[in-house]
Amino acid sequence: MKQSSTFRISVLVFGFAFLYIPILSLIVYSFNKSRLVTVWGGFSTQWYGRLLENRQILDAAWLSLKIAAINATGAVILGTLAGLALARFGKFRGRTLLSGMTTAPLVMPEVITGLSLLMLFVVMEGAFGWPAGRGFTTITIAHMTLTLAYVTVIVQSRLSSLDDSLEEAAMDLGARPAKIFFLITLPIIAPALVSGWLLSFTISLDDLVVTSFVSGPGSSTLPMVIFSKVRLGVSPDINALATIIVLLVTIGVILAGIFMARQEKRRLRDMQMAAAAK
Amino acid sequence: MSARAEAPRRHRHSAGVQLILDFLHRLPPYRWTQARLVRWGITGRTAVAAIPYFWLLLFFLVPFIIVLKIAFSDARIGIPPYQPLVQWMEGGVMQINVHLKNFYSMVEDSLYWKAYLNSIKVAGISTVLCLLIGYPMAYAVARAQSTWRHILLMMVILPFWTSFLLRVYAWIGILKNNGLINNFLMWTGLIDEPIVMLQTDFAIYVGIVYSYLPFMILPLYSNLEKMDLTLLEAAADLGARPFKTFMTITLPLSLPGIVAGSMLVFIPAVGEFVIPELLGPSDSLMIGKVLWQVFFTKRDWPAACAVAIALLLLLVIPIVLLQRAQAAEARGAHR
Repeated sequence: MKQSSTFRISVLVFGFAFLYIPILSLIVYSFNKSRLVTVWGGFSTQWYGRLLENRQILDAAWLSLKIAAINATGAVILGTLAGLALARFGKFRGRTLLSGMTTAPLVMPEVITGLSLLMLFVVMEGAFGWPAGRGFTTITIAHMTLTLAYVTVIVQSRLSSLDDSLEEAAMDLGARPAKIFFLITLPIIAPALVSGWLLSFTISLDDLVVTSFVSGPGSSTLPMVIFSKVRLGVSPDINALATIIVLLVTIGVILAGIFMARQEKRRLRDMQMAAAAK
Repeated sequence: MSARAEAPRRHRHSAGVQLILDFLHRLPPYRWTQARLVRWGITGRTAVAAIPYFWLLLFFLVPFIIVLKIAFSDARIGIPPYQPLVQWMEGGVMQINVHLKNFYSMVEDSLYWKAYLNSIKVAGISTVLCLLIGYPMAYAVARAQSTWRHILLMMVILPFWTSFLLRVYAWIGILKNNGLINNFLMWTGLIDEPIVMLQTDFAIYVGIVYSYLPFMILPLYSNLEKMDLTLLEAAADLGARPFKTFMTITLPLSLPGIVAGSMLVFIPAVGEFVIPELLGPSDSLMIGKVLWQVFFTKRDWPAACAVAIALLLLLVIPIVLLQRAQAAEARGAHR
């Protein structure tokens, strides 16, 4: 028994070292004075200063943030509807197709998704004149299609892990479906919606391949700018940018984790109190 | 904050929502619309399912049909850069131009063949490597104490939240000639000359295994975590050695998790573009990269569409396998 726990601990240590050393190296080298990213030349924060002067990166970051926020909101709405239908509506006509269409984007190679969406946009523009050109709108639509799949999976698994006794009780008492949704279902799935929103936000903020296909002139997102710089080799200001992104994401994920744990605790306590009051 | 103190606030919130909903229900347009919709057989339920349905049909399924159509047309110079499949000639004559050229050239041109085979090889080997690293990790996380388990699981998921592009970029700094590994090895005196690692196939494997490892660990974890441990105890009581218990009980029971994790790694890895582009040799033949180059450099849309269709056909079997494994897992959860 002793032997196996040593084995498990060393597996975890090596595994997490593999996962985290690259990220840590990005952070450490962002404070490197030397332009040769991996040769240590003393501590410096100059690359952060350079980053703030780089208009191209700042504009791209602003565009990416706007797209990510709109995308996440849209994806959460659509994904909630799809998740609700898949988890609560039983067997309905076309359920298999809906379920297939929501899981396929998760694994579909991005070159295929990107190419096919671009072809759709080109054909649609030729036929109806909308969307005119490619840019903000087409990127947002593409990201929503991609990320709504994630939200659907999260919402669906949350709903299937909870029984629908509360909803049924409300229905027996004569509440309208919309009321049941807003007063009972929505508070229960709120943590799933928060994580779905955050996940959609970060996926959108990070997507390069699909975006490259559906974006147009003058709408370069942050990953596109990073990619065009990184293709030419390492550059220290990208390390600084990476550090900022990693820190923001880590703080966001931890805060969301704490928020969700508290929500869950409160819900369990409410359920217990309700059960005790019976 | 105690539950008692919180209760009135939450109650007020619910009352607010109720008020708004009741107000909306009383509005004539609401009633009128609802009556109309019900007469057409559209209930609230239908609408809930129909909205995402319509969205996915339009933006996920229809695009594939368009890609299929364009794959059968010929490239031309113009906007859009392909010839329409159906043309109306004078006098109402319909002309259909079906070109199989793009598919012929994919059979004839060895570049495509090699790229397909190489992508399958790279994705396959990476999947096996992910499994070899991911299985012990998932096992160790699933068997850890419950307080640790959540933290460890969070640590598996966290890298997945940080930018994929930047994590791949980090490996450039680690693998290049004056990068982290070579600097370290030269400093220890183990080597005198840097080992060339960046822009090799090795770098592609490292990149794919690193990026997709969480996709392997998570389904394996969720499978191993809900495994019935009494089976293992029974086996131990009956005198089975740990290795035998693992091979005859744990491994077979975790098969759906293995299949799901492997397909979650294999399917996107086959079409991977960013990793071979940034870490691999400039002439690396990966089908995702070929598609990108045909589209962006050669600007041959029909040929790119044909490559996409072929890639999709290649992935049909893995996708079906994934669906089945996930269905098996879901059944297991409800048992």
